[in-house]
Amino acid sequence: MKLKEVCEILEAESVRKVDSSRWRSREVASCQASDLISDMLSFRGPGSLLLTGLTNIQVIRAAELLDFVGICFVRGKRPEPEAVRLAEEKDIPLFATPLLMYEACGRLYAAKLPAGTRKEASPIA
Amino acid sequence: MPELEITKIQELVYELWVDDVMHKDVVTVTPSTPLNNLREILRDNRISGTPVVENGRLVGIISMEDFIKWLCEGSPGCAVADRMSRNVIAVCADEPLIQAINKLERLGFGRLPVIKRGTKEVVGILTKGDSIAGLLKKLDIDYRQAETRHPRSSHIFEDIVADRSSLIFEYDVAGGGDVKRGGASASGLKTSLMRLGIDPQTVRRAAIATYEAEMNLTFFTNGGLITAIIESDLIRLEVTDDGPGIENVDQAMRPGFSTAPDWVRELGFGAGMGLYNIKTCADRMRLDSTVGVGTRLEVEILMGGKREVVRDHATVTA
Repeated sequence: MKLKEVCEILEAESVRKVDSSRWRSREVASCQASDLISDMLSFRGPGSLLLTGLTNIQVIRAAELLDFVGICFVRGKRPEPEAVRLAEEKDIPLFATPLLMYEACGRLYAAKLPAGTRKEASPIA
Repeated sequence: MPELEITKIQELVYELWVDDVMHKDVVTVTPSTPLNNLREILRDNRISGTPVVENGRLVGIISMEDFIKWLCEGSPGCAVADRMSRNVIAVCADEPLIQAINKLERLGFGRLPVIKRGTKEVVGILTKGDSIAGLLKKLDIDYRQAETRHPRSSHIFEDIVADRSSLIFEYDVAGGGDVKRGGASASGLKTSLMRLGIDPQTVRRAAIATYEAEMNLTFFTNGGLITAIIESDLIRLEVTDDGPGIENVDQAMRPGFSTAPDWVRELGFGAGMGLYNIKTCADRMRLDSTVGVGTRLEVEILMGGKREVVRDHATVTA
């Protein structure tokens, strides 16, 4: 699924002002949703979209380290300015949807976007 | 265009030389060529000017403009020598392209003869079009290289002659809850490892382990040091601080256990997964801590795909 379709499904708009047209054709392989950084860090799968309600700079760090394809902020939240700056530096697309987390996840799941894996992580000991 | 955006192009211009992009099969005339013949020469070769060469040496340049002036004057019978510019500015074949482009710009010329340094022998001609075409070609090559090759530094271990070799990167981590800077070390390490051509999965594991350790330093200590030692087949991380230390290491390792205060939790941390996440990324892990003295974390990540399950030899010691 292309980032463009994801945006349409989520009624999301680009947070960064610069040419979002460049990202819209990027492929989204899967999706992860969390408000906990450590949860995000247990996700695997480059090319995943991250849905989150967290808006601080560390969300961008997590996305950078995990090679996420982009971040969509739910329930109308907007990232903090330094988060936007870091995303610009690392070229990570940011989107915002008015939908709540549950509905955002539900719509993407219904559209057959698979969940990201936790393959590299071990089973809970 | 903002200055920053042309940096890559500037870099390329410095990497190109005049003889990389010049036209080598240059059409020349001699001083004795009759101006009557110049029209055919310019027309047939679709050029708007040409160097004048005598005994292999550059003696002048004659352009379409000179030719038109001559026509306007009623085309009196004369030779190239009578109409050419003798003050020829040329560039040397071994000059950087950037210098030649600057010359073209400064003088407002459409073309510059290229001579061999010392001998003044004409070896080519450079036009603005050539410069642009050369740059585009170089850009294309660079793009392909970026697509198909590892970064240059990826061969570093193959190039070094030694029984063992390692690269050491050190990162100072500020403590005291400097959340804005937190993660900069992990980010820097990730970028560097990618440049070394290490496979992305290994890089991710190292980056995640470093990030979790870095955030622990950020939130819970007054700062510390992250050392990454990169060998040809493994990455070793050493994270040290001088306090406050972990009271119960076994407990700290348990998924879900956290001592994080509310402000840390509000940032999305404090799920009690930090050390556990490090463990899942590591092939070997060792954690030593003494309350009031400090903590030392050692992590080893083997390059190339890793096992799915936490390895048996992962050890945690208090």
